[in-house]
Amino acid sequence: MSHEPIPADSAVAPMAAPKRATGRTEARARAARHRKLLVLAARVLLLAVVLAAWELMARHKVIDPFNFSMPSKIWDQIVQWTAHGTAQGSLGEQIWYTLYEALFGWIIGVTGGVALGIALGRVRFLADVLGPYIKILNALPRIVLAPIFVIWFGLGPASKVASAVVLVFFPVFFNAFQGAREVDRNLVANARILGASNRRVTLQVVVPSATSWIFTSLHVSFGFALIGAIVGEYIGATKGIGLLVSASQGTFNSAGVYAAMVVLAVVALVAEGLLTFAERRLFRWKAVDPGAGG
Amino acid sequence: MNSGTLDTTHSGTPPGRNPAIELRGASKVFRTPSGAEHTAVRDLDLTVGRGEFVAVVGPTGCGKSTTLTLVSGLEEPTEGEVLIGGDPVTGIRPEVGFVFQQDAVFPWRTVLSNVMAGPRFRGVPKAEARERALDWLGRVGLAAFADRYPHQLSGGQRKRVALAQTFVGDPSILLMDEPFSALDVQTRALMSDELLELWGGGQPGGTAASVVFVTHDLEEAIALADKVVVMTAGPATVKEVFPVRLPRPRKVESIRLEAEFVEIYREIWSSLGEEVRITRERGADRVA
Repeated sequence: MSHEPIPADSAVAPMAAPKRATGRTEARARAARHRKLLVLAARVLLLAVVLAAWELMARHKVIDPFNFSMPSKIWDQIVQWTAHGTAQGSLGEQIWYTLYEALFGWIIGVTGGVALGIALGRVRFLADVLGPYIKILNALPRIVLAPIFVIWFGLGPASKVASAVVLVFFPVFFNAFQGAREVDRNLVANARILGASNRRVTLQVVVPSATSWIFTSLHVSFGFALIGAIVGEYIGATKGIGLLVSASQGTFNSAGVYAAMVVLAVVALVAEGLLTFAERRLFRWKAVDPGAGG
Repeated sequence: MNSGTLDTTHSGTPPGRNPAIELRGASKVFRTPSGAEHTAVRDLDLTVGRGEFVAVVGPTGCGKSTTLTLVSGLEEPTEGEVLIGGDPVTGIRPEVGFVFQQDAVFPWRTVLSNVMAGPRFRGVPKAEARERALDWLGRVGLAAFADRYPHQLSGGQRKRVALAQTFVGDPSILLMDEPFSALDVQTRALMSDELLELWGGGQPGGTAASVVFVTHDLEEAIALADKVVVMTAGPATVKEVFPVRLPRPRKVESIRLEAEFVEIYREIWSSLGEEVRITRERGADRVA
């Protein structure tokens, strides 16, 4: 049928169109699959090349293996930590400590940031009074507070939680504040007309509208929480990945430093994945942006 | 304080005692962020009878919407008085419904939950609110969409949600701020017909709401209203009031072809057109 000459009469064209379309759709799908595979292969190749170059250069002393270590040694280090534990205890325990501190600090920082951000966004008086002080505190390089927290709260988890909190609080606060300020005025007016009290407007209009703002900051701020915990551990601790870094550094074990970094990166990526998952569940009401991928 | 929701006495009062809405010399001055004063509404007198459908037309941005926010209690007049049923407006009242120009349904709530919002805010028990919401969803033809989120609906469907959300509160005062201006022409005509049906006014002995319908579309105004109020170029004040004595029930698509409609249109446009021209010239000045 497809070999028949196409008649000039346009009425026949719609008959032929679907067939052509499916052929094209298939071709397009195949091309998309190929492209995906190509991208994946290129990624793996890039990693392999970089790791191989590193390994070879270190082995042939082009770069100093003592300073730069090499992938095989780092891998051995991770395997050794996993199999025989670290000097401070099992690797799982170190990860757990760091995660626990980061998560705890993150939760406190997020709760405080959201609560205060929404409150200041809704209550003009509070915003006017506290605004300048919050700006000043935000201008401080807060990471330098970490040593002070070690002095205040000791070598245990409390000092790391505190450094995580101060790092997490501000980005979350500013986003929640902005989110509360930029609520669609129509939605607020509509809720008020429908009989919502001030409290209801805050809880049922302002908070839900601000969630997308808040969630943006949650991604960034979990990274900050990990930084806070790690820096705290690095300065002084009895457990944790940060301590692993500082202990490896103290024994001139560069492979250990890199291995700790790898472990940390994996932990951060897993946490990020969990957060994205939670976000998808929470934002079912939002239109799916077809342009957003990954 | 919220007990007025279920109170139906407003519809029982004989018409003519107190007008449903009355603005007396109302003015509204806003302070712009730069500190300058902007008069949106100046010395406005307007009366809306019980069960009357009043359309307010005027040039774009002249202050029509401000008039509605004054009646709704969202804003207070800088000067003058706004009365509902003879009482001064001091805040948001349960018998007032407001349909906004932009989408104002809550995007994180389902359609059903959106329609339930008003009764729930006013303390109606969940089961009853649900029942009333489902009833209104049926009337606006969205019964099958109760579980959807607003972003899954078309613009016209979202507007229907907004209508149900407003009508579920059984308002005796209905304020509408260019509610259909964002819709395409066909949907618009359809929605106008549906609005007239939901409103159910014009029948003798009816208990329909008193409506103030702001629009810049004169055809829409005449097709819907009992009375068309022409506003001046901003600051807005009433220029002229035209009664529309077309018989009800009306169908907006067919009514605009009738000779009487065209005649009224011509008459009102001669008044409105002048204000539109003034606004346009000002706009041109501002651009230049």
